Amino acid sequence: MTSVTFSPDDRYNAFITTLSEAETGPGRLSDIPVAVKDNISTRGIPTTCASRILTGYIPPYDAHVVTLLKREGAAIVGKTNMDEFGMGTTTENSAFGPTLNPADPTRVPGGSSGGSAAAVAAGMVRMAIGTDTGGSIRCPAAFCGIVGLKPTYGRVSRYGLIAYANSLEQIGPMARNVEDVSLLMEVLTVHDTRDSTTIACPYRHTPDPTIRGLKIGVPEEFFGEGVDPRVASVVWEAITRLEAQGAEIVTCRMPSMAFALAAYYVTCTSEASSNLARFDGVRYGPQADTRRTWHESFQDRRREGFGTEVRRRIMLGTFALSSGYYGKYYAKAQAARQQVRNDFLRLFRTVDVIAGPTMPTVAFRLGEKTDPLSMYLSDILTVPANLAGVPAISVPCGTSEGLPVGLQVMGQWFRDEKVIDVAAACEQGVSV
Amino acid sequence: MIEEKDVEHIAMLADIGITKEELPEFTGQFNEILDYFDILDEVEETGAWEQELANIFREDEIVPSLPRDEVLANTREAEDGFFRAPRVM
Repeated sequence: MTSVTFSPDDRYNAFITTLSEAETGPGRLSDIPVAVKDNISTRGIPTTCASRILTGYIPPYDAHVVTLLKREGAAIVGKTNMDEFGMGTTTENSAFGPTLNPADPTRVPGGSSGGSAAAVAAGMVRMAIGTDTGGSIRCPAAFCGIVGLKPTYGRVSRYGLIAYANSLEQIGPMARNVEDVSLLMEVLTVHDTRDSTTIACPYRHTPDPTIRGLKIGVPEEFFGEGVDPRVASVVWEAITRLEAQGAEIVTCRMPSMAFALAAYYVTCTSEASSNLARFDGVRYGPQADTRRTWHESFQDRRREGFGTEVRRRIMLGTFALSSGYYGKYYAKAQAARQQVRNDFLRLFRTVDVIAGPTMPTVAFRLGEKTDPLSMYLSDILTVPANLAGVPAISVPCGTSEGLPVGLQVMGQWFRDEKVIDVAAACEQGVSV
Repeated sequence: MIEEKDVEHIAMLADIGITKEELPEFTGQFNEILDYFDILDEVEETGAWEQELANIFREDEIVPSLPRDEVLANTREAEDGFFRAPRVM
């Protein structure tokens, strides 16, 4: 076993933990420094979810993806900053302070996998692992100008990922180019019986940028209200380049976009309210006062340990699931989710992939978004893929105001290979 | 519209802990967010989730679990190989 030394100048606050000596071995990722988001369990390395409530926690086991990275010889050099438990769009909701965007350090890197994106964009690591519950890989990939893939739900094991919203989230690869994202995807898709929502569907693929005859659906809603016209125009230019490369562009509609964001926030907060009940100060993290009563002690620990956004989402989810409101919120959200899925099913009868902007705007200024609802609304273009479980990638396609813009490509279930190919075609069209 | 007492009740159900000073801001934000969620009222129920995937079953085989000392390593309040928790009453 040899090791890789890692002593980065972390001027963007991309990392929560770094390892100055990281083990590496033989394999397809031999000697390659890889960063892992800090909500993914690493044996012997602190894992915080960027939360005070996990202060001091050292996982006694590796997540499945971490085992796979090690098996291929990757040097895991650090754990990256994030919005606490993945709850945010800017990486400002971190107990360890915000990460800055290497493309413009006065801006946010996007979130919640902002540390992973910044570490890659700044050249500190060649590749990183992120997680995407409602856009948390694609948003920071778009804002920082790198490539990030949310795989099809069920393709990558979530074993060892500290859960936020199980039915929506996936672990996925982030890198500076499509080729590295594809390589990392090969490594991550080894079946694992410990996550019962995964199926054996290994990804073995070399990106092929030939897209002649490919049908690309472009929903009007992805260029609708709230999308910055300058961002829309950069993305349209990229889509036009794909047309010049032989693809056929088909404009279409996704009416379920009207409900998608509300359905997403009801679902993710409901699941969070259940998942985060485990943080009670008994088994890990700051310890409960065992002389006080159960409820008093838990309430103290959770008030002090969770940040404001996490507490807000736990309370919203508790409310959405509470007696008398379940039918109005949770049940309706699941019906809306079915409509999102039906829209994808209908569109994929006539098109191969769906494309549009990843984010409605370029990266926000640090501190610009203070109101929770306006922050939530910026996820409108990324949440449909999570609600339906389809694969979605963000690939750099140009700049607006000098800041990176991402093209989002969504594909059919378990056809992650196709979105990789379209991203490779887009990459060819953008001079690097 | 939900009121401060509703938010206080939710915080209690969630064991989240909330101070009186925090109530007005959370209440205002919740009302704004819940107003937005009202768009779900327009969603028509479309019946059962269309299911084309099949369950995959496996044998229920016994595999080793984590060693007890490693599991207890993250708590300060271990006693006789168990976690010590706050009293219930």
